[in-house]
Amino acid sequence: MPSLGADMEVGTVLTWYVGPGDVVKRGDIVALVDTEKAEIEIEIWNAGRVARILVEPGREVPVGAPLLVLEETGEAASAAPKSERGPRPPAPLRPSSATSATSAKPAAVVDARIPIPRPSSVPVPSEVPSAPRAPSRERVRATPLARRVARELGVDLSRVTGTGPEGRVRADDVRASQPAPTAVASPATETAAPVAPARLAPSADQPLSAERLAAIRRGMANAMARSKREIPHYYLELDVDMSRALAWLEAANRERSVEQRLLLQVLLLKATALALADVPDLNGHWLDGRFVPAASVHLGVAIAVRGGGLLAPALHDVDRRSLDVLMHDLSDLVARARRAQLRSSEVRDATATVTSLSDRGPDRVYGVIYPPQVALVGFGGLRERPWAQAGMLGVRPVLSITLSADHRASDGQQGTRLLRRIARALEEPEKLA
Amino acid sequence: MKRPLRELVLEVLGAIAPEADLAALDPRADLRDELEIDSMDLLHFAIGLHEQTGIEIPESDYPRIATLAGCVAYLEARGA
Repeated sequence: MPSLGADMEVGTVLTWYVGPGDVVKRGDIVALVDTEKAEIEIEIWNAGRVARILVEPGREVPVGAPLLVLEETGEAASAAPKSERGPRPPAPLRPSSATSATSAKPAAVVDARIPIPRPSSVPVPSEVPSAPRAPSRERVRATPLARRVARELGVDLSRVTGTGPEGRVRADDVRASQPAPTAVASPATETAAPVAPARLAPSADQPLSAERLAAIRRGMANAMARSKREIPHYYLELDVDMSRALAWLEAANRERSVEQRLLLQVLLLKATALALADVPDLNGHWLDGRFVPAASVHLGVAIAVRGGGLLAPALHDVDRRSLDVLMHDLSDLVARARRAQLRSSEVRDATATVTSLSDRGPDRVYGVIYPPQVALVGFGGLRERPWAQAGMLGVRPVLSITLSADHRASDGQQGTRLLRRIARALEEPEKLA
Repeated sequence: MKRPLRELVLEVLGAIAPEADLAALDPRADLRDELEIDSMDLLHFAIGLHEQTGIEIPESDYPRIATLAGCVAYLEARGA
């Protein structure tokens, strides 16, 4: 049972997606686990053939308890590297010299998290697992909505004929490709109920239960209390003129259909990720009394859960993904976070976190770092402000960027460098695409 | 038979804010405040409306669909 939160002590396996005889490779989703706060799809660390399942669904086990045995090694496999339960061992991140990510294809670092077909003998006590995630490597031309529908219905996008511009797959194409409500490309992925084609479920079908919400709030409370106990925070802020970014975004969205529209938030995330790639002292974790830089930039995204509560699951390799891919992935992540259904890699891998408050929120936010990370970047609401430039006074849409950072790992110099990088990236939005 | 627009809009909203009591929604109230809808939700709202009515709502028109009454009127005017 992996540790999926600083305060997690036990977990309950809800559903197994593999059985004896199945071959798994690293990153495959093998089980659905309930951790009180959320239902987490567990991605396995090891590769091999499943020899034996040790824990039947419904049983609560402590963190660290073996869940299954893999044949290759003969020892109990775990969902985390043996040496530690926290973030992966790092290599220092080289500052990326090319800040412009113009290629449409994201880098090949993105894994395809594909659930293994589940043997039909395994009982399904609770909710249906997510459908296979479309591999990001070969990017099928499809609208973000089509991807989401494909995921929900378990459809392999590459097999769907697209009727949109340039053969782009649209949501209706995905639905039309379905022979029956429960038929899916991955045969053993069952749906709990037939999916009504016209139904749109962008963020949640059901509100979260009171117990779930309470557990989420408890998790946040514990993390925030620990943060303030252990982390000596310092705070820096910088205001940015967003007129260029907003103009660019408006133009970009005019060229896109409504399903493909980009939110300002993805520009903010990409800019932050590129900046963190340049300032590695702020991208990583404080472990055992020292700073361990991370090899990648996986941004935790603070997501408000409807009903009250906060989760901050990770978006992976944000510095390497195009804005379109980020938008699709963010949309998917927000939807799942609000259903409290996440993957273990999302719960564990954040190397820094971003909290972005809406225009209807405050001017700026002084956030609390999520331990064991060492930085939290905050974006306030867009405000029209007087702005002086080259001796002239005007009015511009201004955004406040704040950095909360761990003073054990960095000081104002690195912090300033990070803020300036973010600002510069936002002032050159065409380079973010 | 064409579904009443109001019902359609409420259904799309229901998918975004499932815990809200939509029956009690003041048609003139700003949805962003009433239902705590953020920019992601608003985009999904526009996408949902597009799916159901075929009408593509430009970003500049978002303020006009920000209330239930405004949204219904907007869609009606565009032939929904």
